[in-house]
Amino acid sequence: MTDETLPPVLDWAVSISMALFYAAMALAFVRILIGPYLADRVVALDLLAVLLVGLMALYTVQTGYSAFLDVAIMLALVGFLATVAFALYGERRHMQQLERRRTRDER
Amino acid sequence: MIDVIVALLLLCGGVFAFGAAVGVYRMPDTYIRMHASTKTGTLGAGLMLLAVALHFGELSVGTRAISALVFLLITAPVAAHMIGRAAYRAGVRLWEGTIVDELAGKEISGEPVQAAAARTTTSEPPVEHS
Repeated sequence: MTDETLPPVLDWAVSISMALFYAAMALAFVRILIGPYLADRVVALDLLAVLLVGLMALYTVQTGYSAFLDVAIMLALVGFLATVAFALYGERRHMQQLERRRTRDER
Repeated sequence: MIDVIVALLLLCGGVFAFGAAVGVYRMPDTYIRMHASTKTGTLGAGLMLLAVALHFGELSVGTRAISALVFLLITAPVAAHMIGRAAYRAGVRLWEGTIVDELAGKEISGEPVQAAAARTTTSEPPVEHS
């Protein structure tokens, strides 16, 4: 399927969809910037990873190289692990701060 | 014919992904934002992967696309659940229009939690950058 020109229907669909994906990623970046909580940023990062998976699928259709699909699979994996790690980190940080506050109150 | 179906799937996927991002940008609190990003975002990316599988029509490509899709569908709820639990435990505030907070007064893994609406929080106040 490489080096073939796409039929016009698909060409249009790929262009429009790509524009939508770029706009979506811009919005997710804005949410990462304005927060306000750490959890909001983690949610936006998770969405960004999922959007990247979709974008890689789009590149696969556009270029005809199926190797982009492997990139999509790896991005899905890394995105999931990053989200879980961030959630655990936030929870543990909260527990540590509670502990610190408790020992401070006892003194 | 197959091209038209693939084009429709691509457009639907793009629209859903954009909708997820608009939801994450516009919704009022963390939990509702997570709601938008998890379901709609996964559907958007999943439709794109389905379009790839249909477009190529080869066994090797289709298997990889479908496996990526299944992986996304399995991991998205787990990730969302973990973020939600961490956010609730860290005291991220609910939107003031929230009607019911079913976790208030219950326990999460053996430790009682206060209602997120009325408690001291150790998570950063909304103005401070972490």
